[in-house]
Amino acid sequence: MTSYIEKIKGVSERLLKECKVDVVIGFRKGTVPMMNEPYFARTEQNIQNLVWDSNCGINLTNYLTDRKEKIGIIAKGCDSRNIVTHIIENKINREQLVIIGVPCKGMIDKRKINSMFDAEIREVIEDESNITVKGDGFEKELIKNEVLQQNCMLCAHRNPVEYDELIADLVEEQQDLDRYPDIRDIEAMSPGDKWNFFEDLLAPCIRCYACRNACPLCYCPTCFVDESQPQWVGKSQDPIDVKTFHFLRAYHCAGRCTDCGACERACPVGINMRLLTRKLEKDCFELFAWEAGMSLDVRPPLDTYKPGDPDDFIK
Amino acid sequence: MGIEPGRIQFSWVSSAESTKFVTVVKEVTNAVKALGPNQTFLKTKAKVA
Repeated sequence: MTSYIEKIKGVSERLLKECKVDVVIGFRKGTVPMMNEPYFARTEQNIQNLVWDSNCGINLTNYLTDRKEKIGIIAKGCDSRNIVTHIIENKINREQLVIIGVPCKGMIDKRKINSMFDAEIREVIEDESNITVKGDGFEKELIKNEVLQQNCMLCAHRNPVEYDELIADLVEEQQDLDRYPDIRDIEAMSPGDKWNFFEDLLAPCIRCYACRNACPLCYCPTCFVDESQPQWVGKSQDPIDVKTFHFLRAYHCAGRCTDCGACERACPVGINMRLLTRKLEKDCFELFAWEAGMSLDVRPPLDTYKPGDPDDFIK
Repeated sequence: MGIEPGRIQFSWVSSAESTKFVTVVKEVTNAVKALGPNQTFLKTKAKVA
């Protein structure tokens, strides 16, 4: 995937030169290893700062909300699905966008790699299939496919669904995935066990809202947790306030979440809150045969009514 | 999520179906009373100053 960058720079430069876009949203190298930053390239000089490797897990759609200018945006499979969702939800116009599609082979899990080493990692170099991790007095080679983020391992849509430019040949999609073994385990628990499971899952949460801020779906001008009149949810660290926040945020993403993994990636304490959004994703798929962001022409299940909609829960 | 089945119920009642409404309300109240007070969603750490 590192070989994409020259093509990305070329396309971005052409788009800026021809004034097709005012800005290209992509990534630049972060100040610490495995942490690329979102980057707005506005000039041809800026273009040189763009990078592309396996540390571009942030969802760039997050930066499109309500923008007015013409934008070139670099989009992996999940980003492109979120861009489609943004267009459907009138958060950006399709005409404003030049989508630079990047067939993705998965992003690496910085948390997983960090946990393999006791010392600080100073440098991470990658080629097509391997990752070399270097630090003070150690160096180790890892196989990239073994250290991918969980959502990338379970990804069924690596290729962008909507794009104007394509950076490389489409990659082969992963087949025969079992996307929800962990979700089924939770579904099988008794109500009491579930309650305790979520209590343990969310116990480390410090209510920093990084998951919400990294999420392209969370674009409300005032989030329900920030409302004070009325105050929907307490601001304390009490487990019930923490749970209310996470449960409600997940529900707000129902039928919209593409499992891009931005929330989990952004979490400073490593909570897997994707367990909540993936349950809703699974339900949407099983009940409405719906996968978010796959087409501009189909309305999402939560704003359509069909006489055959499942209603077994209504007495 | 960890809420007992039966604590939340959904029914479809038209504004013209007053008797159905009464039956449903009675059924739901009895069902929830049988489950006892909800032990979840309590603020266990809250202190009153």
